[in-house]
Amino acid sequence: MTWAMFVQHTLNGLTLGSLYALIAIGYTMVYGILRLINFAHSEIFMLGAYFVFWGITLFYLPWALAIVGAVIVTASVGILVDRVAYRPLRDAPRISALISAIGVSFFLQNVTIVVFGALPRQVHRPAWLEDPILMGDVRVLPLTLFVPALSLLLMLGLVWIVYKTKPGLGMRAISKDIETSYIMGVPVNRIISLTFGIGSALAAASGIMWALRYPQLQPVMGSIPGFKAFIAAVFGGIGSIPGAVIGGVMLGVIEIMAVAFFPDLAGYRDAFAFVLLIVILLLKPTGLMGEKLEDKV
Amino acid sequence: MLKIQDLHVYYGGIHALKGISIEVPKGKVVTLIGCNGAGKSSTLRAIAGLIKNKKGTITYNGSDLSKLGPVEVVKSGIVMSPEGRRIFPHLTVLENLRLGAYSRSDAPQIGKDIDWIFELFPKLRERKDQKGGTLSGGEQQMLALGRALMSAADVVMMDEPSLGLAPMLVKEVFDIIAAIHQQGKTVLLVEQNAFAALKIAHYAYVLEVGAIVLQGTGAELIADVRVREAYLGG
Repeated sequence: MTWAMFVQHTLNGLTLGSLYALIAIGYTMVYGILRLINFAHSEIFMLGAYFVFWGITLFYLPWALAIVGAVIVTASVGILVDRVAYRPLRDAPRISALISAIGVSFFLQNVTIVVFGALPRQVHRPAWLEDPILMGDVRVLPLTLFVPALSLLLMLGLVWIVYKTKPGLGMRAISKDIETSYIMGVPVNRIISLTFGIGSALAAASGIMWALRYPQLQPVMGSIPGFKAFIAAVFGGIGSIPGAVIGGVMLGVIEIMAVAFFPDLAGYRDAFAFVLLIVILLLKPTGLMGEKLEDKV
Repeated sequence: MLKIQDLHVYYGGIHALKGISIEVPKGKVVTLIGCNGAGKSSTLRAIAGLIKNKKGTITYNGSDLSKLGPVEVVKSGIVMSPEGRRIFPHLTVLENLRLGAYSRSDAPQIGKDIDWIFELFPKLRERKDQKGGTLSGGEQQMLALGRALMSAADVVMMDEPSLGLAPMLVKEVFDIIAAIHQQGKTVLLVEQNAFAALKIAHYAYVLEVGAIVLQGTGAELIADVRVREAYLGG
């Protein structure tokens, strides 16, 4: 493998990894607050992509407007999912909300099939995304630089919200002790809605960039990236935002590198993530950055 | 004046509070004493809006609180410092205090109130950037009370503030409660340490299995034979 190829693979890995990371953040934030695996999250990712191309082909919106609009609409769907499918089950056993999440996932997939059809649709990228950028011997698509950069910006924005704003303080409090947060006057349901909104917006951003990178839309397109992002969140330590980012990026790089170094195994590409999941669950069940499971004194 | 009339609380099929009536006049210290399971905590939790399944009226300065959720109760001027302190161990001391002020939006006054808490509890100022979980038990109790005071509520309800603390610190906690009262706050105190509570209380109620069995001024109850036998060790 030449140096140029190595750089190219690394950049591709970072691109894929940042897309996983953006989805993984949504899983980990919701888990951190509600101890719920939001299985509908992969469909939120898919809807984000569909909404953009709906906006462009149906309403002839310019790209920028279609993207902003799609992110807002997708965030609203995420909030609505919580209101309709999870909030009524807040006091129920956790397994009920989990089953509800699986139901929402199937529901959204099937609604998409009914509305947009089950056949894959081609995405026509703007021309300026098609011309490869040359840096010495390294040839990459503009998206390969653009995706990690934009993802980094979004993540910095998230860190600012969580660690520097009042709702962020509320989120961190709720994640540890919902009842005491209530007693202290934190509007818990509003903060939970905000959490779903932010997580869904990031998933939408990821879905849109995914559809530009792999220019095809289909109603089940969220499943595999969603599963892998979930694995990334567990790998990084579910509940931890830095963990989700590190887990996502590492998973993306490992996946690309494994195929690059062992081309014979390319067919097993989707299996790497699951092998990684099994290994991490055996060696460090709480993940890289996960909290230690301590007995309460 | 916080007034509770004929309050009933149910947990599933259990009738935990069987019609209790309490008055907490402005600027006074009122205490509820009684054994484990007598209903002291349930009373505070019902006032704080944490218990939905309740009957009876809870009024504060004439307005009805009985249908309000916990956030609205805090906004109306009543705050609870929960049993077991329940500070946020992963947030810093300063963040814990800011969280106590979550229902407020008067930023300049919040800053002044943080200074006021630091004057009241100088130890917290030294540790303001430390994580709450690294504080000692006594410091955590100061933080829990400071956090409650940050809500700017006039009525502070305290659930077992001295529980689990060393005897030296128990005295300190009661000094703090007296200081909070000195600051003009109304205090509704639930305690197992009946003697210390009665000593600082203007008025007190004794609860047994969900009902009030005795009431009077702190001094009257300390002198009462039944209280001495049941709660003060003869």
